[in-house]
Amino acid sequence: MAKFDFNDGSVVVIIGSGAGGGTLANELCQKGIKVVVLEAGAVQSPATFINDEWKSFGQLAWLDPRTTSGSWRIAKDFAGLPAWICKTVGGTTTHWAGASLRFQEHEFKVKTVYGDIKGANLMDWPLTLQELEPYYARAEDKMGVTRTHGIPGLPGNNNFKVFHAGAKKLGYREVHTGNMAINSQPRDGRGRCMQLGFCFQGCKSGAKWSTLYTELPKAEATGNLDLRPESHVARIEHDDKGKVTGVVYFDKAGKEQRQKARIVCVAGNSIETPRLLLLSASSMFKDGLANSSGQVGRNYMRHMTGSVYAAFKDPVHMYRGTTMAGIIRDEAGHDTKRGFAGGYEMETLSLGVPFMAAFLDPGAWGEDFAWWMDHYTHMAGMWLVGEDMPRETNRITLNPNVKDKWGLPAPNVHFDDHDNDVAMRNHAFAQGEKVYKAAGAIRTYRTPPYPSTHNLGTCRMGASPKDSVCNKYGQTHDVANLFISDGSQFTTGGAENPTLTIVTLAIRQAEYIAKEMAARTI
Amino acid sequence: MRVIPIENMFEAAGCEDESSGQVPKLDLPLVRRNFLKGSGVLMGTLATGSVLATLAPSTVWAVELKTLSRAEGEALMKMGRVLYPHKKLPDAVYALLAKDLDAKAAGDAGAAKMLKDGIAALNEAAGGSFARASEKKRKEIVKGMEGQPFFATVRGQCITSLYDNDMAYKVFGYPGSAWEKGGYITRGFQDLKWLPAPSLEASPKPYL
Repeated sequence: MAKFDFNDGSVVVIIGSGAGGGTLANELCQKGIKVVVLEAGAVQSPATFINDEWKSFGQLAWLDPRTTSGSWRIAKDFAGLPAWICKTVGGTTTHWAGASLRFQEHEFKVKTVYGDIKGANLMDWPLTLQELEPYYARAEDKMGVTRTHGIPGLPGNNNFKVFHAGAKKLGYREVHTGNMAINSQPRDGRGRCMQLGFCFQGCKSGAKWSTLYTELPKAEATGNLDLRPESHVARIEHDDKGKVTGVVYFDKAGKEQRQKARIVCVAGNSIETPRLLLLSASSMFKDGLANSSGQVGRNYMRHMTGSVYAAFKDPVHMYRGTTMAGIIRDEAGHDTKRGFAGGYEMETLSLGVPFMAAFLDPGAWGEDFAWWMDHYTHMAGMWLVGEDMPRETNRITLNPNVKDKWGLPAPNVHFDDHDNDVAMRNHAFAQGEKVYKAAGAIRTYRTPPYPSTHNLGTCRMGASPKDSVCNKYGQTHDVANLFISDGSQFTTGGAENPTLTIVTLAIRQAEYIAKEMAARTI
Repeated sequence: MRVIPIENMFEAAGCEDESSGQVPKLDLPLVRRNFLKGSGVLMGTLATGSVLATLAPSTVWAVELKTLSRAEGEALMKMGRVLYPHKKLPDAVYALLAKDLDAKAAGDAGAAKMLKDGIAALNEAAGGSFARASEKKRKEIVKGMEGQPFFATVRGQCITSLYDNDMAYKVFGYPGSAWEKGGYITRGFQDLKWLPAPSLEASPKPYL
């Protein structure tokens, strides 16, 4: 591992080591650029991952104080846990399911296609699918996405068999084991999926792509990476010309350190990224760094989500094998005849007994709840994930009344479902129930959204500095050497699981940063 | 809390519908006799002939309480049964709820008072003893307390105390961690036979 000096102002500092930060680090290192990655979490490995739901949650999840407000049910059931994302080297790529879908063409221009929707802050991306296609292809190759680059699909497990049988009976056409960044056969020095289950608890076989054991070691091998785990960034500093000069962070020992930088890239996921910009307010940037538009922290999206579980007369054992290798894509398009704009994906999902008890219906009790737990081995499950509406009032702010262990104000996550989100969720619930009834379900259950795993949009990209935070390369409009490198830059959310697009944007951003560095514009 | 912990040795092989391997012995929450000095002790036996009894080294179990009395512990066990009534879960699992709430009370005077007051309210509503009230009466009493902090604390604790332990895994047929056994790639991840098989295009053959 390289070790760069605190005063080396030639390095690129990347905050976060997940899908965005970890990928960007490797891409820059491969181009000969010196990179310091500051990761708040500690290092784990497939050997140290724990296949026990609560213990793993304690090991990987981001559990620093957060608060919630708004009418979303999470604010009642999980007031201190708005999101289920990670604080560990590799970030949420340790926990993600592996679903890797490209955005659809229209999802980059929803303002044009959907028109004005009341209460929604829709905007077209400053990018098109065509511009991103070559980068999507590189991301899929890097991650080893099944059903791309000649990589076979994963074998379907029992949960998929139920899902598939119901979907086919119902007349759905595009039904298969998904486009997954999980090796169906050995590839890139990693083995094939052993059907362990526990994809969400860190893949112990390393078959699922995570920056922890792909991008980061590759970056390290170049000699250009200085990865510093357990380094919590407190603020980004700038000079009197308004250029960022470095960051201040607390190291493993809790000691304050200052790392100088030529460029700073923020990839802390869509709650911590805007929080850090807001925490970096100064006399020059009174409302927070890169916030002349006032959009930092706003347009927080979390995808329309929900789950349907079903019980059958015969056993399923849904927990056996890959957690999410199964998809129905027929509802993903934009078809307003259904009563809402945008679309959703239906994907297989299972939880173990401990998490089923916690998430099936938070707060529920009594005989009916017990009936469901008693039928655990006979249950099948699916997750519903679709485009939600960006709203200016759904936002991350600093909560002055709650401080983290470094004395910094905790982020508050405010969210109100838009009517479109509610209409889509109800439609998706109904369709999910139909799928399982077609497969012979004796009962079905509508499970409300889990704490958010897809956190997006809080530093959106756009064509104009007036109403967006960064440009189409993630470069902030206000500060040329400050970049947004995670899902915060999404203008709108699309229906698809976002990781592939985050990785795609990171590859493209690395190319842009290298070019601009060579041209000495930043 | 001087309880001999339930060790994480209750492996997948011992669970129903898992075919391979020998059946490990189940460790019940037993307290050593000379340690029984706490405020109360909950004890019981597993029903002979039950799945758990055939796996446990002994059918006798005991849980020692530090702050709550035995009667209070029993009231909490009964309340747990009202909240999450599982015929197949033995009392030993509901005793874990009492143990975990007792541990909460031991470290926090406010929590101890809230629990003791809540249990007293249960007993008062039952006209004496909540634990000895009829099942119907117990249900009414618990329903009447929904929304109160005592109710929320007990219900919330149930989620981890009742459903995140080896006995519950066994009863619900959940084997837990599978990587030690090589996952399910050769152990039935696609053994479901009661529905038509998907096409090879939708679900290719596994790479073995």
